[in-house]
Amino acid sequence: MSYHVNEKGYYGNFGGAYIPEMLYPNVEELRDNYLKIMAEPAFQEEFQELLRDYVGRPSPLYFAKRLSEKYGANIYLKREDLNHTGAHKINNTVGQILLAQRLGKKRIIAETGAGQHGVATATVCALKGIECVVYMGAVDIERQAPNVARMKMMGATVIPATSGSQTLKDATNEALRDWINNPVDTHYIIGSVVGPHPYPDMVARFQAIISEETRKQLTEKIGKPNPDYVMACVGGGSNAIGMFYHFLDQEDVKLIAVEAAGKGVHTGESAATTALGKEGVLHGSRSIVMQTEDGQVIEPYSISAGLDYPGIGPQHAHLHTSARAKYVSITDEESLEAGLQLSRLEGIIPAIESSHALAYLEKMQFKGDETVVVCLSGRGDKDLATYMKYFGL
Amino acid sequence: MNRLKQLFEEKKGNILSIYYTAGYPNLNSTLDIAEALEKAGADFLEIGVPYSDPLADGPVIQKSSQTAIDNGMTVKLLFEQLKDLRKRVSIPVLLMGYVNPVLQYGVENFCASCAEVGVDGVIVPDLPMYEYEEMYKDCFEGHKLSNIFLITPTTSEARIRKIDELSNGFIYLLSTSSTTGKNLSVSNEIEDYFARIKGMNLKNPTMIGFGISDNKSFSKASEYANGAIVGSAFVKLMGEENYLEKIPAFISSMKGKEAMTV
Repeated sequence: MSYHVNEKGYYGNFGGAYIPEMLYPNVEELRDNYLKIMAEPAFQEEFQELLRDYVGRPSPLYFAKRLSEKYGANIYLKREDLNHTGAHKINNTVGQILLAQRLGKKRIIAETGAGQHGVATATVCALKGIECVVYMGAVDIERQAPNVARMKMMGATVIPATSGSQTLKDATNEALRDWINNPVDTHYIIGSVVGPHPYPDMVARFQAIISEETRKQLTEKIGKPNPDYVMACVGGGSNAIGMFYHFLDQEDVKLIAVEAAGKGVHTGESAATTALGKEGVLHGSRSIVMQTEDGQVIEPYSISAGLDYPGIGPQHAHLHTSARAKYVSITDEESLEAGLQLSRLEGIIPAIESSHALAYLEKMQFKGDETVVVCLSGRGDKDLATYMKYFGL
Repeated sequence: MNRLKQLFEEKKGNILSIYYTAGYPNLNSTLDIAEALEKAGADFLEIGVPYSDPLADGPVIQKSSQTAIDNGMTVKLLFEQLKDLRKRVSIPVLLMGYVNPVLQYGVENFCASCAEVGVDGVIVPDLPMYEYEEMYKDCFEGHKLSNIFLITPTTSEARIRKIDELSNGFIYLLSTSSTTGKNLSVSNEIEDYFARIKGMNLKNPTMIGFGISDNKSFSKASEYANGAIVGSAFVKLMGEENYLEKIPAFISSMKGKEAMTV
C-alpha cells in the first residue's frame, strides 16, 4: 500500500483540493512547481545551508536515560525544541519562503494558533525582507501575548480573526480569504500538513528532515536505522508526519500518533479528531473532521493551543484508516503531568503539545529492550504560565 | 423542462438573480423571502445553505450564515421548509452551499431531495471540477439538476472551455477574484475580461456575480452577460427591520428602467 500522495492529490480517499475557483490559479501554480523547485540544486543548497546555520540542524537525538529507566525501554528524544524559534515549525517556513521567492511572490500570509507557526513565518520573512501578515484568532491573541510580541518585533503584521470562534480554524479561513483577495503577489505559508493539495505533501517533505536525521542518528547510536516505536503528537499533524515520513514504508516500525483528548474524549471538550470526527472537507481537503450531523465544523478544545484543530491532515486520515499508524489520545492532565516529569527527570521543559506524546509512554507495555523515538516538537517556555498555574508552583 | 433552462431560453438579458441565506434573519423566513422576491420581479433565486466556515464569503454572508446556524437551520430542516416551495414560488431556485454539509447529508440524498422539492440546480463553490466529474456528475444529471461552475478573471481559456462543456444551466462569472461583498469598481481590466468571455461564444449563458450592489453595476454587468447576481447587498437588507416590506423597492432599484417599463 502507498502511504504517499498520488498524482491526483489523494491519499487513499483523503486529500484533493476542495477550493473555490478563485484559489485555483494559486494552488495550480504551486502544484505545478513545488517538486520542480524543490529538486533544483540551488534550492537544495540554500535550504540545507539555512537548516544548518540558521535553524541549527541536525537537531540532536538524545538518549533520555532516566526516562528510559522509568519505563523499561530505550527512549530517545528527537530534539526539535532546540531549533531556532523553539519548535519544528521553522523547517517548513524556511522551505516555503525559498519556494515563494522562486515563484516571485512579494507578500507572505500565514495562520497561527498558539503563535509558533506565526513566529516561524515572521522569522523567515524578516530573514528575507518580505512583507508578512499573520492571521491569528482574537481569542488566541489574548492567550498568547508573548508570541504576538515576537511576531511584531520581527516586523510582521498580526491581524485578529474575529469571525466564528476566533481561534485557529477561523484564522485559517481568514488567511484563505486574504489569498482569494490577493491572488497574484501573495504566497500562503500553511503551517501544517493540511489544506488543498499540494500543501499536505509539500509541508510533509519539508518536515521529513526530522525522520531522515533520526534514521542516520539511530544508525550511529544503535547500529540500525529503525526503532521499534516512533511517537509524536498530532494537531494538524506536521511534526508527526515529519517524524513518521521515512518510517512509513518500514513496516517493522510501529507508529503512534497522540491526539489531544482535552478534558476527556467524550466530555464535549476535546480535540481527539480520529475518535470524534467523520469524513468531511475542511480547509480544502477531504479528511477526518469534527463536525455536527449537519456538517458544521465543531470547535475543538485542548489545553494545548497547538493541538486544538478540528481536523487532521489527509495523510494522517489515510494512515489512520489503513491502520498503518495507531491514533490515541491523552488528556490535559496527563499531558501536564508528563511535562513536569520530563522537566524533573531530564531537565527539559517540553511544550504541552509534545507532552501529549510523552504522556502516552505511561500507557505502553514495553518488552525488555525496545527502542522508542519520541518527537519533542517544541520547548515549553511558551507554556510556563499554564504549567505554573496547574501545579501551583 | 428544467425551469432554469426555460428562463434562459425565454429571456436573453437583464436577468436578475438574488442570493440569500436560508434561515436568516429568522429560522422560518426562507419561503417568505422567496415569495416576496418573485412578486417583486427577481428572475431566479439562489438560496444559501449556511456553513460554519464559508471561506469564499465576506463578512456580510459569514454573519448571516452564523446567525442561520444559531437559529437552528440545517440541510434537513431546509428541505422540510422547501416542501411547499412549488406551491408558492414558480421561478427557478438554486441551492448554493459548501461541499461539507452536502457530503454529510449524502450526495445522492441531497440530489434526490432537491429534485423532490423542485430545486433546479446547485452551486457548490468548493467542489472542484475533477471531483464533480468523478463522483457527482451522474447523480446531478440523474436528478436533472444544473450544476453551476464559477470562473474568475484568472481562469485559463482551456479551463473555461472545459467548464462550458460540463455546465448545463449557466456559468457564474466572478467580476473579480475576491470574497463576496466587495463593491464592483469597473475598470478597463474588468471590462476586457468580460468582453473576452463574451467573445468566446460559450454555449452556456453567463451571469456575473460578486460586487453587484446597485442598478449601475447591474446594468454594466448585463452589457456583457445575460444578467447578474446580487448577494451581500440583499443579505444586508435582510438584516434590517421590516425586511420583507423592503424587497419590492430593492428589486426595482436594482432593475432601474427595466422595472419601470414592466
